[in-house]
Amino acid sequence: MKNRVRMIVNGDPVEAEVAPRQHLADFLREALGLTGTHIGCEHGVCGACSVRLDGAVIRGCLIFAVQADGARVETIEGVSDSGEIADLQAAFAARNALQCGYCTPGMLLTAQELLMQNAAPDREAIREYLSGNYCRCTGYQAIIDAVEATAKARREAKQ
Amino acid sequence: MSGQSALDRPNSYISRAVPRPNLGRLLQGRGQYVSDMNLPRMVHVAFVRSPYAHARIVSIDTRTAEAAPGIVAVVTGAELAKVCTPWIGVLSHLQGLKSAPQHAIAVERACWVGEAVAAVVASSRAEAEDAAAQVEVVYEQLPIVPDMEAALAPDAPVIHPELGDNLAFERRLEVGEVDAAFAQADAVAEAEFVFGRHTGVTLEPRAILADWNAGEERLTVYLGTQAPHMMQTILAKHLGLAEAQVRVVCKDVGGSFGIKVHVYADEMATAALAKILRRPVKYVADRVESFLTDIHARDHRCKGRIAVAKDGTILAFEIDDLTGIGPYSVYPRTSAIEANQVVNLVGGPYVVPNYRARARVAFTNRNVMCQYRAVGHPIACSVTEGLVDFAARKLGMDPIEIRRRNLIRDDAYPTQSASGMKFEALSHHATLAKLLSMIDYAGLRAEQARLRAQGIYRGIGFATFIEITNPSAAFYGVGGARISSQDGAVVRLDAAGGIVCQTSVTEQGQGTEAMIAQIIASAVGVPLSKVRVILGDTDNTPYGGGTWASRATGIGGEAAWRAGVALRENILKVAGIILQADPAVLDIADGQVIDAEKRPRVGLEEIARIVYFRPDTLPADFQPELIATRHYTPKKYPFAFTNGMQASWLEVDTRTGFITLLDHWVVEDCGTVINPQLVDEQIRGGVVQGLGAALYEKCLYDARAQMLNANMADYLVPMAADMPDIHVGHVQTPTAESALGAKGAGEAGTAGAAAAVVNAVNDALAPFGVTISEIPLTPERVLKALGVI
Amino acid sequence: MKAAAFDYVRTETLNQALHILSERGEAARILAGGQSLAPALNLRLATPDLLVDINGLTKLRFITATDDVLRLGALTRHVDLARSEEIAGRCPLLSRAAAHIAHPAIRHRGTLGGSLAQADPAAELPACALALDAVIVASSSSGERRIAARDFFLGVYQTALRPDEVLTSVEISGLGVDRIYGFAKLARRQGDFAIIGLALAARRSDRGFVDLRLAFFGVADRPMLAVRAAAALEGKPDPTRSLHEARAALRADLNPVSDLHASAEMRLYLADVLLERVFAEVLEPAR
Repeated sequence: MKNRVRMIVNGDPVEAEVAPRQHLADFLREALGLTGTHIGCEHGVCGACSVRLDGAVIRGCLIFAVQADGARVETIEGVSDSGEIADLQAAFAARNALQCGYCTPGMLLTAQELLMQNAAPDREAIREYLSGNYCRCTGYQAIIDAVEATAKARREAKQ
Repeated sequence: MSGQSALDRPNSYISRAVPRPNLGRLLQGRGQYVSDMNLPRMVHVAFVRSPYAHARIVSIDTRTAEAAPGIVAVVTGAELAKVCTPWIGVLSHLQGLKSAPQHAIAVERACWVGEAVAAVVASSRAEAEDAAAQVEVVYEQLPIVPDMEAALAPDAPVIHPELGDNLAFERRLEVGEVDAAFAQADAVAEAEFVFGRHTGVTLEPRAILADWNAGEERLTVYLGTQAPHMMQTILAKHLGLAEAQVRVVCKDVGGSFGIKVHVYADEMATAALAKILRRPVKYVADRVESFLTDIHARDHRCKGRIAVAKDGTILAFEIDDLTGIGPYSVYPRTSAIEANQVVNLVGGPYVVPNYRARARVAFTNRNVMCQYRAVGHPIACSVTEGLVDFAARKLGMDPIEIRRRNLIRDDAYPTQSASGMKFEALSHHATLAKLLSMIDYAGLRAEQARLRAQGIYRGIGFATFIEITNPSAAFYGVGGARISSQDGAVVRLDAAGGIVCQTSVTEQGQGTEAMIAQIIASAVGVPLSKVRVILGDTDNTPYGGGTWASRATGIGGEAAWRAGVALRENILKVAGIILQADPAVLDIADGQVIDAEKRPRVGLEEIARIVYFRPDTLPADFQPELIATRHYTPKKYPFAFTNGMQASWLEVDTRTGFITLLDHWVVEDCGTVINPQLVDEQIRGGVVQGLGAALYEKCLYDARAQMLNANMADYLVPMAADMPDIHVGHVQTPTAESALGAKGAGEAGTAGAAAAVVNAVNDALAPFGVTISEIPLTPERVLKALGVI
Repeated sequence: MKAAAFDYVRTETLNQALHILSERGEAARILAGGQSLAPALNLRLATPDLLVDINGLTKLRFITATDDVLRLGALTRHVDLARSEEIAGRCPLLSRAAAHIAHPAIRHRGTLGGSLAQADPAAELPACALALDAVIVASSSSGERRIAARDFFLGVYQTALRPDEVLTSVEISGLGVDRIYGFAKLARRQGDFAIIGLALAARRSDRGFVDLRLAFFGVADRPMLAVRAAAALEGKPDPTRSLHEARAALRADLNPVSDLHASAEMRLYLADVLLERVFAEVLEPAR
């Protein structure tokens, strides 16, 4: 039995019939073609499926699409196109804070959330906030560097 | 023509940390991983997998499953075997290696938990799983071989009776007078080194999309493989096709580290299903399947001994290594290579006059095992460096000092190891000096002493290592495998003045595309932004080996360099005609042909315009070729060895057994460095995988060969909060075999990290008189060593 | 792995949810934060017929304080606990514990009620409920029930909740300026479930510590109060002298389990270490 859902995805209204068992990450990827949200485990552990729901970063595999009825969803594509994380993406590129790119959407969304809450996180705070996002390629240091550099640049831009 | 040397080109990108050109799509979530792809009429496969480690398949009833909603087909091993032939993972140069035929879907027996016994194809993965639960399989359980010791016990059940026993491979090596050396030694240290069984845990699970076009009679396979040409050969061979009928395409790959270089039964099955069903079939492993069926690695128990004289001179090494692989040797690279490398690499950095080694590879009913990043190196390095430290301890000698006395001298080359590994030129002493300049050794020792007095136990550990890169055909080809040891590059100047390079090496995130682009841009003389690289497509790249064993830069990069140089020569021939000048005095810099006075005279866009659109203006007897192809394979040395050294500084909470990694250093010599940032990041990523091995990672099995922690919560991988920053330094000893002089760097971090950590823990615990030689270093292991539990 | 099929209803009122539970029984599961239920569904370890989504019951998401009683709605998210100034002031044990739960993305969705109802033996909040002697309020079609935390946790994933009940709120009383708290958690990696942890709550009096509760988590099949150890430390003007006795009593108090991550013996040993460390931390301000 399918349920009808209406949600705003990256600013666009979306209406669809979904099977309740389909999690939000699969819905975004398969029904909407937004494949930037990745599947790594479906246990809620790796963070590859991170998306923003009503402004908060959550695991896209631990919420079913039906639950997002009436919600505002933002994925990496939307956050990219809006320019919101352009500086963070540039910092990642300059520092090679991504290798295969599979964890990167989740890392960017989570890092952006940290920076929105804390304008001057130290390296330990960055590591802690990103501790739920698994990366097998980089060993994390470049990611920490890129987030730290972005935070610094944003603070300086404000002065 | 100026700029003969690779490092001598104007506006060269060699040794420059430029950002990778292909990052935009990955940063925006616009990459294309296999699981992202959809094709018309595509269907999904889920596999019914054996819950038993060893069982005869008595019967399979698919009727209920076939009637389930959305089901397209339910296929058993017997049916699939008509379309896909079995394979045997042996190579002739690994003498005595034996294995049994393995099918894409098990036919008579399942031999490990997770082996596929049937395939369910449906409109969606969820429906396929629903129906898979309704496939009725009757099993007759068979005796299980749960681990390596049980495999070789006298009364062990033999997994493949036709092979006689469970010993897949044995290698013995003896050099010098080993017994005499031990008898004469002033000190002997020995230990049993035990390693956790690991798996890659690539964030993107394995995925394949196979598309058989019945009209074209052609199979196109989208696969995150490191070796597309090898897969093309194998798919053709086992599906009864000509190689020309198979195309393998690799787009973005979410991590591989060797996991995705092997042949997997479920992937072969998916390709066969596409052929049977005449429509695209997609298979994406879920995380549990990944743990159960991705190749595992490094399940070794290695007894080691070292004999030293009282001045610290190493007299001999001896090892007896046992490893338990799965029920089949993995195809086509074999599951004996890892043990073989352990034998080859023990003692490698040192002068070792006497060496004895035995390595045995045993079949078990656990998951299959094969090459994973730094194949065998972590084992060899941990054993060697552990024994060196134990010997130092017996002699009361500083661990740096014993290494200094025994490392092969930097002026001793060319030379070879006791095991016959040929070294062109390494830099152990320069590396050691560089590392010491980075760490303030005296300061760390002083801090250690000060904190010990307060009951805080910190330790520093070292690991020197050698690393196999750029393998020649001696690695696989000589054994009969159709795994190419050469690579090629095709470079052309396009009509609008852009440079396009097609290369046979592949990208999984390490930066292959950037490395090739930098080399091409430097060789031809154009800005990096003008270069586009095409890789990962057997239809559109030259034939080659791909990316593995840290060979892409040294071999693929060298081919690209030569092709770029050849294209430059061809361009300058045209320029010479246009400018009425001798091509020998012309060069290309920043996309412009420059004359002997370095003045820009004509741009490449103009050269291209004339060649492609106005050939009437060129001499009648002159045919320009704005395209060049070159291939390269190392010929002189079977491997381009690199060397490095790592140091770990950590604290052991002796009350809880918990270890905190405080700092980590690596000095690496990989010859010419094309992009320093990419090399450093490879090292960091590799180190963290090694730190994971040291502290966390182990596939846990019970007595029924059931994997107990096949999920992301229970198989522990390193996360950001628990990892240190890693300091990287370099020495550069280029190889003389190639123009670029580049060796490989991708695996060095993993080779030595765990050894450095274990040595650091033992150093921290020295006041307690205990040593540990088993990883992972769980708190329980530490507490047990301390005797408090 | 993809979840097996289920039906889904998003309830508008608590009564609606309770009505469904009373009709469907164990074939229906309450969906709150979903951070434990969703993985179980995805792995097909749980296969309910119906998911009853109560996330819309915003009246169940509250933090209120009157006198010395703190009332927390079941849908209070972990992030709410971690950020609440009210809780930081009145019951900082919950602030500290919440900050240790998993990772930010999990804390955005996971709920207090869900954590207590899930009753993972290694979870932080059940142990805190035990240490705080909380009262768990459960509603069903037949009315409301108040269950003491010490009677609530019965085993691995087992609580005193009946199949037709929904946990609606938690009450913590006896809060005052004389309260002290301690918390420690040992986990292999940041955010992992505890190998072992200790939540401590007590009142400082002129007789030493009273109402001392030592709630261990990750040690057994449920959070455990170390009753004898607490008794050894209570009412002593200089409790450090009794620490040895308290630590020895742990062996009788705790019945640890062995699992993939730690043996029973190690857990017992670490319980001892944690007691010593948390107690030292708690005594610190007094010195």
